[in-house]
Amino acid sequence: MKRIAKLLAGAAALAAVALAGSAFAASHGKTKIGFIYVGPIGDHGWSYQHNQGRLALEEAFGDKIETNYVENVSEGPDAERTIERLAREGYDMIFTTSFGFMNPTLKVAKKFPDIKFEHATGYKRADNVSTYSSRFYEGRYIIGQIAAKVSETGTAGYIASFPIPEVVRGINAFMLGAQSVNPDFKLKVVWVNTWFDPGKEADAAKALIDQGVDIITQHTDSPAPLQVAAERGIKGFGQASDMIRFAPEAQLTSIVDVWDAYYISRVQAVMDGTWESTDTWGGLDAKMVEMAPYTNLPENVAAEAAVTQESIRSGEFHPFTGPIYKQDGTLLVAEGDIVDDGTLLGMNFYVKGVDGELPN
Amino acid sequence: MPFKLQRREEHSAWMTLFSPLIAVALMLATGAALFASLGIDPVRGLTVYFLEPLQSAWSLQELVVKATPLILIGIGLSICYRANIWNIGAEGQFVAGALAGSYIPIMMVGWEGPLVFPAMIAAGMAGGALFALIPAALKVRFGANEILTSLLLVYVAQFFLDWLVRGPWRDPEGFNFPESRLFDSDAITPLIFEGGRMHIGFPVAVIIALLAAFYLTRTIHGFQIQVIGESPRAARFAGFSQNKMIFFAFAVSGALAGLAGIMEVAGPIGQLRPTISPGYGFTAIIVAFLGRLNPIGIVIAGFVLALSYLGGEAAQVTLGISDKIARVFQGLLLFYVLACDTFIVYTFRRVGAVREAS
Repeated sequence: MKRIAKLLAGAAALAAVALAGSAFAASHGKTKIGFIYVGPIGDHGWSYQHNQGRLALEEAFGDKIETNYVENVSEGPDAERTIERLAREGYDMIFTTSFGFMNPTLKVAKKFPDIKFEHATGYKRADNVSTYSSRFYEGRYIIGQIAAKVSETGTAGYIASFPIPEVVRGINAFMLGAQSVNPDFKLKVVWVNTWFDPGKEADAAKALIDQGVDIITQHTDSPAPLQVAAERGIKGFGQASDMIRFAPEAQLTSIVDVWDAYYISRVQAVMDGTWESTDTWGGLDAKMVEMAPYTNLPENVAAEAAVTQESIRSGEFHPFTGPIYKQDGTLLVAEGDIVDDGTLLGMNFYVKGVDGELPN
Repeated sequence: MPFKLQRREEHSAWMTLFSPLIAVALMLATGAALFASLGIDPVRGLTVYFLEPLQSAWSLQELVVKATPLILIGIGLSICYRANIWNIGAEGQFVAGALAGSYIPIMMVGWEGPLVFPAMIAAGMAGGALFALIPAALKVRFGANEILTSLLLVYVAQFFLDWLVRGPWRDPEGFNFPESRLFDSDAITPLIFEGGRMHIGFPVAVIIALLAAFYLTRTIHGFQIQVIGESPRAARFAGFSQNKMIFFAFAVSGALAGLAGIMEVAGPIGQLRPTISPGYGFTAIIVAFLGRLNPIGIVIAGFVLALSYLGGEAAQVTLGISDKIARVFQGLLLFYVLACDTFIVYTFRRVGAVREAS
């Protein structure tokens, strides 16, 4: 009997603690904003830039908000628990910043209809789940043009992560930019099947350089490929953040993800009570994509890059303007036509001129 | 003053039982020192890490969700390890089981009804077992070291999964993103409470633990495992077949890892993705040893390791420390378990003293 009484007392104590915890979570004045990152914030790429956006929020709103983050969250079943943990701790708004968090975000959002969720790079939405992404391909077109102008071998190396539309679109945009300068430009693609693995990325860069490329670009998040390029005395482009301090002699420019303005506007909307579920895909004009300063370049090349950048920003020119042929020779869009967003979002083919086969 | 390890004449039964507890205590002490060195109040640190996840119904459910695959895999591994057979590839067998079971909801769309889930379970267990029989066959036929072959097959399974979800099994409506379609409701591991994530995997794991405990202590076949593991020569004289045991142990542990795999993808995940396990197959090795290769001990050890994962997340969110802390605690635990076990079998002797004695 005594034992049962003890057990019951223990259970009651636990229940009391649990209740106290939830009461505490409900009684706060500040808007609480949580971030889930797929990588370490020290990757100096993707997650680092999202964290910069979080810091920009703190700067903009000061005491009115409270932010927190969880880094290195794997895209499996653990993601759902981590998101739900933040939801249960009374966060008002949660940013989940990797594609693989899509279904977990939706599952948790269903259970917490009052919390606003923002999922980066996904395509499924709900009443309390928005999606957002950037038109990084605009920057890729610009660096493709630069590559074709400065390359002596006429061949660039591309370190790619996973064959998803986002990455394939970047490769195609880079190639179209390069072909606008040199129709015979060659591109070698290496798939490393990781977003962040400095060792693998560096090895891929070395292999590409050994095959005769003299420009390295990447769709992975560490500065390692750029550092290899610097060691070997060739040029390259940064990724996601301005990586100039890792390769002051080698970086020509970098496509920088800037989430600050978007994050500030979304948090403001939550505070004003005007938040709605939306789908945002912004580029240079929305200041979601920016180019790091053009360095280590001949003056005319830098000036021309700035012109291209401006014409894309103003909407005068779209990187995917026809005529564009697929790798197999079939026509994608005729002269003057523009590839529609739907095709861009599901892109799973190379354009003509890219070497090799798309892994499938 | 030189020391050497010397074999003890007798092993203390008490210490055999208590060594995991001592290891846990040492881990906590080291953890407290670690928190203190990070400038965090050690009591608060350990509370957040080890007690907070136990304080709400939700996180208790999550603890069970996390412990279930660890327990299932750990029980299978314990049968191997007792027989001195070193299956390190449970992670691959987990994936193989998940793939075999997922064939039904992904490729046989339209088949509905109460038979779908049992068929997936059967396929998952068969897939895991068959995959585990590869290193078994290589060992029996060619004498290949099963540690290496089973470990390397993990990568084979993972890349095969990766290829499937990027290619043939990709969701046709998924904009070419690498994941399969979401499983239909008939293909989902049944939940215990609506709205939670705890599924029938846990009661299944407990039943399997009880069956395994009975089998290991009360049946002749279970006894054979012990004999083959501890004294292969004696086993040969008694006419026990080492080769049969290799096949049996790999098949059982593969089937259990496969069962864990299919229940995980059909449960908390609900679809196939390029990665479906945060390393359950490897963490289960720690679970097996922490649980003394005893099925009931493994159930307890599964919860301890699950807690180390959840605590790591809680510590990251609440205390703002690196996610690596969970790995540090798991590593400390394994280190202390092995260290404590060493002292059950061995004792420190001053080298000089030994000489005098002899």
